[in-house]
Amino acid sequence: MSADNLAKTNTEVGTPSEGGEGGNFPPFDPSTFASQLLWLAITFGVFYYLMSKTVLPRISGILEVRSDRIAKDLEKANELKQQSDEAIAAYEQELAEARGRAHSIAQDARDKAKADADAERQKVENELSSKLSEAESKIAAIKNAALAEVGTIAEDTTTALVKELLGGKLTKSEVSSAVKQADTK
Amino acid sequence: MKNDPIHQFQITDLLPLEVGGYNVSFTNSALFMVLTVLLSSAFLIMSTSGRGLIPTRLQSISEMTYEFVANMLRDSAGSEGMKFFPLVFSLFVFILIGNLFGMFPYFFTITSHIIVTAALALLVIGIVIVYGFWKHGLGFLKLFVPSGVPPVLAVIIVPIEVLSFISRPLSLSVRLFANMLAGHITLKVFAGFIVSLSALGIGGVIGSILPLAFTVALTALEFLVAFLQAYVFAILTCMYLNDAIHPSH
Repeated sequence: MSADNLAKTNTEVGTPSEGGEGGNFPPFDPSTFASQLLWLAITFGVFYYLMSKTVLPRISGILEVRSDRIAKDLEKANELKQQSDEAIAAYEQELAEARGRAHSIAQDARDKAKADADAERQKVENELSSKLSEAESKIAAIKNAALAEVGTIAEDTTTALVKELLGGKLTKSEVSSAVKQADTK
Repeated sequence: MKNDPIHQFQITDLLPLEVGGYNVSFTNSALFMVLTVLLSSAFLIMSTSGRGLIPTRLQSISEMTYEFVANMLRDSAGSEGMKFFPLVFSLFVFILIGNLFGMFPYFFTITSHIIVTAALALLVIGIVIVYGFWKHGLGFLKLFVPSGVPPVLAVIIVPIEVLSFISRPLSLSVRLFANMLAGHITLKVFAGFIVSLSALGIGGVIGSILPLAFTVALTALEFLVAFLQAYVFAILTCMYLNDAIHPSH
């Protein structure tokens, strides 16, 4: 193949005297095969042994430890995240409760204030109405007294009038009966 | 000799050794295999020694390589395929670092030799065949008979599937080998032009700007190829392993 061609070019280009071993193309020189095979077997065998016994288990160990560590760290991170989520939820709940409690306290205060105000107003109203009725009764009494005096005034006035106009004398009982008569008319 | 683009693939004995009539000397190729393993192992072991929960930069590189290969394998072969993870990871890193080492001047590219890439490819295919038969018995042969194919067509399809299976180790090894080889030869040839043109005098020096630009661009391309071929080798390994794990298409 191409190697043969190369071998031919070699024999053409290369100086035949310097080859020493018949100008053989070195890769096809069978006299070197035994040595190359032996040393390849030794070196590659040692290399294979080193790789399979030392290097590869070690690297795979390193990679495994790392991936385990990453997985563990991720797990831990997830756990922590869950914890923080729980804490946030608890906080929110507490906040809502506190808000509710504050609301009820405010409501209570408002209700109480309202009740107090109502009671106060009631009291004041009661007082006022009692004062009113008292005043009314006083007025009524005064009115009654005044009305009662109206009769005597009328009698006196009538007696005086009769005396002046008629010159006659009237008894007190006559006058009062007349006044009563007029009053009832 | 300096301008010979093939010279960089020459294997030289550093420590002659012979066992049972075979020349198994410690060569420059063996040296760079050892360096590849030493460098990548040392890096991977030292960068992860801290086992940091938060990775350092170097540890990050190791982890990224790990996950890159792990995802590649899991995507193509499923979680069952993860038992082959050390193999795929070793292949990927070994080839990648071997390729990248080759980018240094005067360094030897271990993957530029077909015997190395072929050995790795045969290792993969061997594991696919052994695991396939061990896990599924003769059911592994269903790999060659796509489900839902009428018998008439199967006569044509099965030989094609068999052929494609046989060509896998070939394509797997030649792809990596040829890419590294061709890349390094091209690089060397263009770099050689600079030297030979510059030797011609002032005109040659000016003329050598073009091959210099090519060399720079090719170097960048070769870094890409070095990574890409390691990736291609690894992902094809994953796909072939998937065939062994799930033989019925």
